[in-house]
Amino acid sequence: MSAVAAATRPVERQAPAPLHRPNKRWTRFLLPVYTIVMIVYLSSPIVMMILYSFNDLPGQIDRQSARFWGFTFDWWKNVWNIPGLPGAFRNSLKIAFPSAAISTVLGALFGLALGRYRFRGTRGVDFVIFLAIAVPEIVLGASLLSMFVLAGFPLGLGSILLSHIGFSIAFVAVTVRARVQGLDRNLEDAAQDLFASPVTAFFKVTLPLITPAIMAGFLLAFVLSLDDFVISNFVAGQESTFPLWVYGAQRIGIPPQVNVMATILFAAGIIAAITNVVAQRRRG
Amino acid sequence: MRRGVDTPERAEESRKRTLGSRRRLVPYYLLSPAGLFLTVFFLLPLVLMIYTSLQSGGLLAGGFTFTWEFGNYTEVLGQYQRQFLRSIQYSAIVTVVALLLAYPLTYWIAFYAGKWKTSILLLILAPFFVSFIIRTIQWKFILADSGPLFGPIKDVGLLPDGFRVLATPFAVVAGITYNFLPFTALPLYVALERIDKRLVEAAKDLYASRWQAFRRVVWPLSIPGVFAGFLLTFVPATGDYVNADLLGGPGTTMIGNIIQQKFLTELDYPEAAALSVILMVVMLVLASLYARILGTEDVERAAGAQA
Repeated sequence: MSAVAAATRPVERQAPAPLHRPNKRWTRFLLPVYTIVMIVYLSSPIVMMILYSFNDLPGQIDRQSARFWGFTFDWWKNVWNIPGLPGAFRNSLKIAFPSAAISTVLGALFGLALGRYRFRGTRGVDFVIFLAIAVPEIVLGASLLSMFVLAGFPLGLGSILLSHIGFSIAFVAVTVRARVQGLDRNLEDAAQDLFASPVTAFFKVTLPLITPAIMAGFLLAFVLSLDDFVISNFVAGQESTFPLWVYGAQRIGIPPQVNVMATILFAAGIIAAITNVVAQRRRG
Repeated sequence: MRRGVDTPERAEESRKRTLGSRRRLVPYYLLSPAGLFLTVFFLLPLVLMIYTSLQSGGLLAGGFTFTWEFGNYTEVLGQYQRQFLRSIQYSAIVTVVALLLAYPLTYWIAFYAGKWKTSILLLILAPFFVSFIIRTIQWKFILADSGPLFGPIKDVGLLPDGFRVLATPFAVVAGITYNFLPFTALPLYVALERIDKRLVEAAKDLYASRWQAFRRVVWPLSIPGVFAGFLLTFVPATGDYVNADLLGGPGTTMIGNIIQQKFLTELDYPEAAALSVILMVVMLVLASLYARILGTEDVERAAGAQA
């Protein structure tokens, strides 16, 4: 529409210039350079994290300091040497796997229903998903704690797991729904025309097509659980997870081993994400 | 295969018979497991918090009882007005700065990155694979007086000795901006990416300058993304307490810090719940307004784009 508006007074600006003249001015470098600056800005804490996992701290210091003294592999060799940290790390994994698995199953079914069917109450269901994404973590964490306390539910790994599944479902659901909506419905109809039962058609045609989205949803749920601090902080009781332990330790300073573990998790996450993207491309 | 002996007509007929009655229920079967879970672990807690916020009593004075204690609200609003206003102020600055930072970036990726799109997007989102806590702690080191950013400048004597960034409102706002940038950038990207690039071509065919094409075609079409980014940044940022805790000082306490302290240290559940309910109501009002006017699609698409 705006293009039409612009067309009504074409001459007032400039004399007819060649169409789509290539941008030769220096300003064409502005946005690419800006993008690079932003990438540097966004990755600077990660670079710090990786670099300082090699920091050769002098003397008795065994906490991260602002100064970089030189390279050492000590912290990588003694990753498990900090009392309490390995347990917290294991707890994080113990929660992240079942949380991702359960929220993927529940969220995928939910996303499938939202993406494929029109039914009464779609808008209400949609709004709940929308809220679950937009809700400030502190509000959700506080209200979950209120509920567990009111119900006398013991705080610990169980309450963390239930909370994590709760906030991950919506993210898996929207990921799967996007893919389901992008599917060509004719494919499934074709399968049924060829005498596949609806169930067979689903398993042989639809499911393989939405598998990348389900994988991506799983990965997202896994990372959300592993990295969660605010909600876990509210419902953990006496238990600890990796981010909770780090938060507790930072008052006296974090040991460099924390950077080592975080670097390992980061690398694993990136590899998983790249694998999923590549697998998705190969499948087309 | 099993029905290969049937004539197509009969197969079609039997299919319709079984589907007609059952099909209508299928979406509800699919929805119910997660629906049940979300009801118990998402909706119910939000409602119960209203209940908690109207309780009175003390943990040591025999526990809390439900007494329609609306006084909790007037009390917290009176007592923590400063922190409320500060949170809203910080969050407003964060939202504007994050939109200004993210817009040119997502615009360039959506329109000009070409085959590098996925890779650049991955580069931009990769830092957020690392836990929020660890990222913020690293910022604390970067911004430290003797850190890699200011240490060298101070050593040369270009900055006064008393100069500091940590424990100032600037550090808190910068930290929140960093941590919430993806929540601003993703909805923007989703909106910009969806714009038909031919519209821009058309504008240029009609002698619009680059700037005019942007102003009159791209910008209006990207507004829903700007609002989605606003919603996903402003409300959560208002409730943030980790940045104020790690990067701030005594003068930067936000409402989230109060809620966290009351819930986890003082165990004053009713007042803490009252504060959270206020935050929740603000969120609900903004979210319903947004959903009413612009629909829920952009926000949900953006959340999906993370994966």
